[in-house]
Amino acid sequence: MTAAISQRDADAQQPLTTVIARRSSAAAVAPPRRAIGGTSRQDAMVLVGAGVSSLCTTMLLFGRLTSLSGRLGFVIVWFLIFLGIYAALLSLTEDRPAVVDRVMAALLTSASVLAGVALASVIIFVLWRGRTALVHSNFFTQDLSVTGPSEPLSVGGITHAIAGTLIMTAISLVITVPLGVACAVFLNETRSRATSLVRTVVTAMTALPSILAGLFIFATWVLILGFPRSGLAASIAMSIMMLPIIIRSADVVLRLVPGNLREASAALGAPQWRTVWQIVLPTARSGLTTAVILGVARGVGETAPVLLTAGFTNTMNVNPTKNPMVSLPLAAFKLVSAAEPNLIARGFATAAVLMLLVLILFTAARILGGRPVGRLTKRQARAATAQSARDRVRIDGMSSSANRVPQEMS
Amino acid sequence: MTSIPGVADANAPAPQPRELQAHPGRGDRYFNRGASLSGVIVLSVMAAVGLFLGIEAWQALSATGFSFLTTAEWQPDRNKFGIAEVMLGTVLIALVAGIVAFPIAMSAALFITEVAPKWLRSSLVALVDLMAAVPSVVYGLWGLFLLQGQVVGVSRWINTWFGWIPFFAVDGADPNSPLSAATVYTASTLVAGIVVAMMVMPIQCVVMREVFSQVPVGEREGAFALGSTRWGMIRVVSIPFGRGGIIGGTMLGLGRALGETIAVLLIISPVFQINFHVLQQGSNSVSSLIALRYSEASDFSLSALMAAGLVLFGATLVVNFTASWFVARSRSGASSEA
Repeated sequence: MTAAISQRDADAQQPLTTVIARRSSAAAVAPPRRAIGGTSRQDAMVLVGAGVSSLCTTMLLFGRLTSLSGRLGFVIVWFLIFLGIYAALLSLTEDRPAVVDRVMAALLTSASVLAGVALASVIIFVLWRGRTALVHSNFFTQDLSVTGPSEPLSVGGITHAIAGTLIMTAISLVITVPLGVACAVFLNETRSRATSLVRTVVTAMTALPSILAGLFIFATWVLILGFPRSGLAASIAMSIMMLPIIIRSADVVLRLVPGNLREASAALGAPQWRTVWQIVLPTARSGLTTAVILGVARGVGETAPVLLTAGFTNTMNVNPTKNPMVSLPLAAFKLVSAAEPNLIARGFATAAVLMLLVLILFTAARILGGRPVGRLTKRQARAATAQSARDRVRIDGMSSSANRVPQEMS
Repeated sequence: MTSIPGVADANAPAPQPRELQAHPGRGDRYFNRGASLSGVIVLSVMAAVGLFLGIEAWQALSATGFSFLTTAEWQPDRNKFGIAEVMLGTVLIALVAGIVAFPIAMSAALFITEVAPKWLRSSLVALVDLMAAVPSVVYGLWGLFLLQGQVVGVSRWINTWFGWIPFFAVDGADPNSPLSAATVYTASTLVAGIVVAMMVMPIQCVVMREVFSQVPVGEREGAFALGSTRWGMIRVVSIPFGRGGIIGGTMLGLGRALGETIAVLLIISPVFQINFHVLQQGSNSVSSLIALRYSEASDFSLSALMAAGLVLFGATLVVNFTASWFVARSRSGASSEA
């Protein structure tokens, strides 16, 4: 025993042990901490220098060497020269992989900037061209029934299109929300063998060209069944476009509902429909709202189906079952197709109203959809707490009365 | 011997697995039936669109036979009509849209996942989603009134220097005269394609971003640890990993581009002759043909339009199923399932 220990001690004495050299305290200066992120001063200088010099070169060359005309051409030439100069400047100090890395980063960044600029130009351009009509309050309070094509913008408006869009959207919602949510429930909550088929078909349906939805309704509802072209027909066509979007987004949201909530509900003895109605759907409420809003945003902007099925009118019509009805995108399309400058201005203003509507819907969807499944807002949390407190009082009351009964008996 | 309750006698036969049987109550039966019914309705609507187009198109297709695919004219009343021209126009517009949109979509997707600082990411994602939500009529207005004037100069430049490539030739354009009319360059496939690219780009970008964001962290950091630059990492890890998503997303966008109606209708000036020249005025597409001619009186011409719609429907279905096949088969799809 002792021999073994002394043997081990002897081993420990061998020079196998690692000795960590102690830092001599004051003499060594801590190495400066390297910056691993951010842009250094040189990077910024190179970037600015390349930008300025390429701009100057472009100004000199543009119009002489190239026959490109217009601002777009100028920007393209500027960008290409910028890339060249940027790469050349970088190669003064960096090696090849680093130059490639920087140039590609610049390319990726500029592509994203391009996308942003394009979107901004769309929004600003439409608002700008529509501003002459948008500033007149009558634009939102009158229709175009008595307004001639060349009358000034202080007369006439697009109430009929706004009303039409609202009515059509409302009817489509009545059709698509129950059907879409029920179908998403079918995809997630039932164990039917058909779910994969339905899911595939719904995916295919999202790709259905909108004009075909319009053509289908036009041929069946209007030509074969003999109903007039009306807001109702347009709503049905819109529903065909909105349905797959709602189903797909709702499907994704319902899939995110935690399975243990369902199991807990089942373990407490709830039948399946109660589990779905009181557990699954309320848990996914915000996501479902987002799904519906995204569907609406798509449906509101659809022009082609409405063009074929709703007809066109300049007068207010609130009856969806007869007479033509017009929606915002259709009105914008028809108005700019006319050659009158005032009508074109109205068309742009209509498109601007439509765009703002979609923006609002989209922002609402982002705000609601930003919350993960099952997370409650403050108000919902308060309501849930209050409900729990009431339940507790109720259960306490029940148990105490249950306790009381035998006492009274005795 | 004391027998311990609950402990089975070793000699007793092993318990048989119980038969599990659910007896759904009346509520659950209704619930299941209702849910299935909604599935059936959705299925039947989709089937109805396809079947109906097929049945209605039969009249026109049987009248023309195979020449439906090769005729460029559209005169159903004289029994001379076919989709050669409109289909070519549709495909050309979709191709231009794809060529313009693909690099932007891919760069934006890579920028969002790899390059952009964290605080910028969510707003960039929102921006791309917003681009997808803007109605197509708005893009059409923008293309017609703003973009077209800008693109004309670029078109003229391409035609001047690359006019010898038949694709970029323009009939009636004189590159040597700076005063030649700009109108030969307007309402072209190129302008329509760029506008459609605006709608296609976000669709492609969303799919690609989704795939790039699933790149395994280990592989990314492995590349960095081996001394790779950021672009080197993207080239050897992100892009190979996301290949299925890249192809699938691109094709999904193409599917959307094939069916786009209103923006194309606003921009092009419809012609019915084969026109390969993407810079030249005059093009056509199946959907704008339908939008222009649907109100024609005769049953037969409507049937001809249905036939054109059927071909478009088939083309979009093929493109989209191929796209989802690619997305589902890619490695990225597999890892997300696990």
